[in-house]
Amino acid sequence: MIYRETGQYKSNYGADEQIFPIRQDRIGVMIILALAYLVVPFIGNDYWFSAILIPFLVLSLAAIGLNLLTGYAGQLSLGSAGFMAVGAFAAYNFMLRIEGMPFLLGFILAGLSAAAVGIVFGLPSLRVKGFYLAAATLASQFFIEWVLTKFPWFTNYSASGVITAQKMVLFGYAFDTPVSRYVLTLVIVTLLALVAKNLVRTRTGRDWMAIRDMDVAAEVIGIPMLKTKLLAFAISSFYLGVAGALWAYCYLGTVEPQAFELTRSFQLLFIIIIGGMGTIVGAFFGAAFIVFFPIFLNLFTSTVFAGQLDPGMLSHLEQFVFGSLIIFFLIVEPLGLARLWQLGKQKLRLWPFPH
Amino acid sequence: MLFFIEVLIGGLLAGVMYSLVALGFVLIYKASGVLNFAQGSMVLFAALSFVSILAMGVPFWLALLLTLAIMVLLGVVIEKVVLRPLVNQPQITLFMATIGLSILIEALGQMIWGSQVHGLDLGINDIPFNFYGVFISQFDLFAAGCAAVLVAGLSLFFHKTKIGRALRAVADDHQAAMSVGIPLKHVWTVVWAAAGFVALVAGLLWGSRLGVQFALTLVVLKALPVLILGGFTSVPGAIVGGLIIGATEKLAEVFIGPYFGGGIENWFPYALALVFLLIRPDGLFGEKHIERV
Repeated sequence: MIYRETGQYKSNYGADEQIFPIRQDRIGVMIILALAYLVVPFIGNDYWFSAILIPFLVLSLAAIGLNLLTGYAGQLSLGSAGFMAVGAFAAYNFMLRIEGMPFLLGFILAGLSAAAVGIVFGLPSLRVKGFYLAAATLASQFFIEWVLTKFPWFTNYSASGVITAQKMVLFGYAFDTPVSRYVLTLVIVTLLALVAKNLVRTRTGRDWMAIRDMDVAAEVIGIPMLKTKLLAFAISSFYLGVAGALWAYCYLGTVEPQAFELTRSFQLLFIIIIGGMGTIVGAFFGAAFIVFFPIFLNLFTSTVFAGQLDPGMLSHLEQFVFGSLIIFFLIVEPLGLARLWQLGKQKLRLWPFPH
Repeated sequence: MLFFIEVLIGGLLAGVMYSLVALGFVLIYKASGVLNFAQGSMVLFAALSFVSILAMGVPFWLALLLTLAIMVLLGVVIEKVVLRPLVNQPQITLFMATIGLSILIEALGQMIWGSQVHGLDLGINDIPFNFYGVFISQFDLFAAGCAAVLVAGLSLFFHKTKIGRALRAVADDHQAAMSVGIPLKHVWTVVWAAAGFVALVAGLLWGSRLGVQFALTLVVLKALPVLILGGFTSVPGAIVGGLIIGATEKLAEVFIGPYFGGGIENWFPYALALVFLLIRPDGLFGEKHIERV
């Protein structure tokens, strides 16, 4: 009844090429954005901002980056956390070593550094495919970790290898409260998500999907393999680099190379698979699941089994449930939450009729 | 020179230990096309179960049999509950499922058997003996012997028994195998049980080397470069890959590492395997991929 595109005629090319072709979708997105920008900053508390919403947004951004590479261009990568680390440490060093560097420029340079590293580690993808490539991307993960811990120049010779993010000041305004950092993260994530959503509808995005579906066929119809694959690595790494910088500057404040270990790469993969491969909205769904679910689980187990089990046992139990749920999800809906969302919308279009 | 040979032999023998873990991967990948990331947690689970059963005062051989039974059961359950519903899904989904599985098995093992570090003594002397001036670890030799027996046994099993032939047929082409009447489900159950057995052997050897602890699951990361170097589908590849990785890793650590301040063993095997991959994209012995449009 309410969700139906009947009567919405497109009379020019602009209207036909909108990101959200259905008016109800546009209204929905507007409402969500309005809530995120105008309501949440006033009703949320510091715990919500700094422990839940900021990591959720940053992980979504990182997942979008990984999704561009794995979901759209079909190149399985297990080294995504490494590129986040490059972003975080590049931002730190740019701001440390260049006097008066504005932090936003620092973030952009961080993304570009990650993109450069991404291109280098993307080179094997021209020759190596599938799981061989996935295992090979682990080389980037371990190599970056090793470089950052082994050469103290990157951490400015800090004894513990921990860096402390500099203050973020824009036109005299310092982003030092959780709510200001939340808004900053939100602005960056919204912008980059919008770019990504558009990017996958351009020629580049279509080339990526052609390569994902079958790279030999794509090459035969004239898609330049070298350029397209490396571009996928570069843009994906740019997103991951910016996400890494945000992780360090907006979320943690102090960060060490160990914050970007292999488990983080797996976490990002979980996000895009649970959320839905090859969708932008899936990155948000997946990140929400990964951030919120452990909190619920923790609340649940600590109230139900309070005092009966020791903390070690509880954490194992949580791990156990988490593992089972991932498997359960994959079995029930291998295409992820984004697919459920899509099915729901299909149903809604027909509602209240069955067909 | 003597030192070089000693390092080389030490590396080769360490490589055999990597191969042991890689073998479990190859078995499952060959038969079902799944890169089983949970192999590492199966190694931990096997070692933990064995140590804990032994600690209850059960005699060695009985404990071994009991653990074997547990591992086979685990393999069968995994196949039934996790993989069968995911038949025909893309490989990456299956891979993710095995990562979920590895989280689950790690937690399960530590819930049942506790998470403290156990020692494991297989009763093998670890005193290096002198062979024409080169010191060789007895324990490593024993491990190499075990691996050799295991590989020989698996090869015989694959080539001489009926179920082994069925396995190879399934590995070759699922549908063709099913259409000539090979029971796919049974074959997969057997493969997972066999992978459980390999995990047990690897768990015992690695466990007595490092102590039975959580870090055992990390041997997966040692086995992956071996796998991509040797090829996911090849049993001899796992052995040869292990030898190459083990030897070059130790040599690089001793002779090149000091120039970079050491600690290169984490990424060096991957870089090495990557170099091999650039020349042979399906690993040294992996099945060639023929691509058609």
